[in-house]
Amino acid sequence: MRDSLGRIAAVAGKELRHLRRDELSRAMILGIPLIMTLLFGYAINHDVRHLPAGVVDLAGTSASRLLIAEVQASRVVDVVERFDAVDALETAMARGRISVGIFVPADFERRLVHRDRPIAQLLIDGSDPVVQSAARSLQLLPLAQAQRSGPRFEMRVYYNPERRSPVFIVPGLTGVILNLTMVLFTAVAIVRERERGNMELLITTPVGALELMVGKILPYMAIGYVQAVIIMSLGVWLFDVPILGNPVDFAAGVGLFILATLSLGLVISTLATNQFQAFQMTFMSFLPQLLLSGFMFPFEGMPVPAQWLAELFPLTHFLRIVRGIVLREADLLLLWQDVWPLAAFFVVFLMAATIRFQKRLD
Amino acid sequence: MTASGTDPAIEARGLTRCFGDLRAVDDLDLVVPRACIYGFLGPNGCGKSTTIRMLCGLLTPTSGSARVLGCQVPEEAERLRRKIGYMTQRFSLYEDLTVRENLAFLGSVYSLRGTGLEKRVDGQLERFALDDRADQVSGTMSGGQRQRLALAAATLHEPELLFLDEPTSAVDPESRRTFWEHLFEMVDQGTTILVSTHFMDEAERCHRLAILDQGRVVADGVPDTLMEELGATVVQIESDRSRTIRGAILKLSQVWHVAQLGNRLHVLVRPDLADPVGLIEARANGIDAAARVSIVPANLEDVFVMATEGAPETADAG
Repeated sequence: MRDSLGRIAAVAGKELRHLRRDELSRAMILGIPLIMTLLFGYAINHDVRHLPAGVVDLAGTSASRLLIAEVQASRVVDVVERFDAVDALETAMARGRISVGIFVPADFERRLVHRDRPIAQLLIDGSDPVVQSAARSLQLLPLAQAQRSGPRFEMRVYYNPERRSPVFIVPGLTGVILNLTMVLFTAVAIVRERERGNMELLITTPVGALELMVGKILPYMAIGYVQAVIIMSLGVWLFDVPILGNPVDFAAGVGLFILATLSLGLVISTLATNQFQAFQMTFMSFLPQLLLSGFMFPFEGMPVPAQWLAELFPLTHFLRIVRGIVLREADLLLLWQDVWPLAAFFVVFLMAATIRFQKRLD
Repeated sequence: MTASGTDPAIEARGLTRCFGDLRAVDDLDLVVPRACIYGFLGPNGCGKSTTIRMLCGLLTPTSGSARVLGCQVPEEAERLRRKIGYMTQRFSLYEDLTVRENLAFLGSVYSLRGTGLEKRVDGQLERFALDDRADQVSGTMSGGQRQRLALAAATLHEPELLFLDEPTSAVDPESRRTFWEHLFEMVDQGTTILVSTHFMDEAERCHRLAILDQGRVVADGVPDTLMEELGATVVQIESDRSRTIRGAILKLSQVWHVAQLGNRLHVLVRPDLADPVGLIEARANGIDAAARVSIVPANLEDVFVMATEGAPETADAG
């Protein structure tokens, strides 16, 4: 047992030495979380604003100007152009210069009084569904809906009431970045030894398959934590992401996810015959996770078979865990349904890697 | 743990390994006594590396069996690992680690710890004249230095049996000489060494030798005995027109093989020939070429040629 721990420590120490010598790896450890957090934090925004809009105001009264000013004030649209007729407005939309058209008919004042017909028309470029739903929200503006004042739902938003996208994106980003870097590092780690001929020597030593696997995983666990801390710190400082849950739960969740991704990387490294293949397999495993995990698109919007598939991915479960802990103050016990699949994934894949890794050349 | 010193270090029976249709090693029998240097001599692709890998437990034989230091391979390979050292043909230490880091890593894999490990690493550095390179990254070292490091690494855990797969193919003659001094020193201390090579002078240094060709042992024994018992007479011809003489004597059915070395010809002729010198002199005179002909002792290359090419079928004996 002591010998076994000693060999694991030897492998882990050697792996750290490789990393210390390899500038590219070091740059990736720090650079990927920094750059990706800044990019995703600033670039992705589900709360669409400043859509370019065109106006045809046939009424030209003070009331119609008030309506347009109110629409502008919502900041959903910026009026960029005025037209004399609807067909000019439609042409501008077809060209892609405007996403929204506001048509105020000549009898606008009369419609305001009569209240049985719509007061004006919104023309929306619906090709991008996100733009469409943002533009639809203009319907709810006070003046526009003045004529309908029946009973409605009272709304109470529990988490992230300001609808700030980074609050939702950044915790999930820890999962996406860890998924990419952890799988890549371990996938390459064993393949590299085989490619450089080190493996032939290593397998004639007493180091066991499991010892080698665990020794290789350990340093990257530490690196994974460093990355998670970088991402969350940036989230808190730059994007005011509130960390509501217990940091211990957060750390435990991250640790479990790192183990799951590392074991996936190990399996890849036993399948690939060279580093290039390992890279390819890593990205092949990464893309579906990125698309289906619920990071980019809402999980509930996906067809059921895609949801089943997504349930197999560690990232899907980790996103639920990390969002639960960071944004909804949940603990791991509450999120148990997503904790055990990660643990199971780790055990199964570590075993698979250990079995697949033969201390033989044939 | 040490098995009784009398039984051989390696004993293989009918060892065979196929890769697809290719029989890389074909029904190989082998007995390697303890505390000696045993050589595998053969051209590239003759099955030297495959045999060594099977004996280390890295490759599973297609058929046949081997006992190495009392362990059945590949079944008991794990138990064997602590007792053997293996120096691969290709440099297999970490090129981005320093000499000392490489040795320290391997030492701790073999469960050396603390001051014991430090002493052992320092000892190896000194023994293989690497102490002034201890903190150099191994990828930047010369072929000879890397080879010394590889040997230091393979012997770090004081193995009873050392496998060396073409250890000197990438080093200069001076490094080769010191390398072999290290080997003899280890044999004196009781280590058994199995070394593969395609250099004749290196093969000649071995205590025992097996010549491999196309996966088979075609000759084995003590190098001196192999040379003495060569089934051919060796004749040397010195002449300014050795090229012409070569063409002339190759037509003789009694002449099996001619190799040219500068102005000299090294000729293998049938052993039962009564007067080989007279025969060749007559032939040389016949084409007006002055030549000095004499019988010389066989060298290992002659053994190799005879073993791999064999005596030609002599239908028209005479």
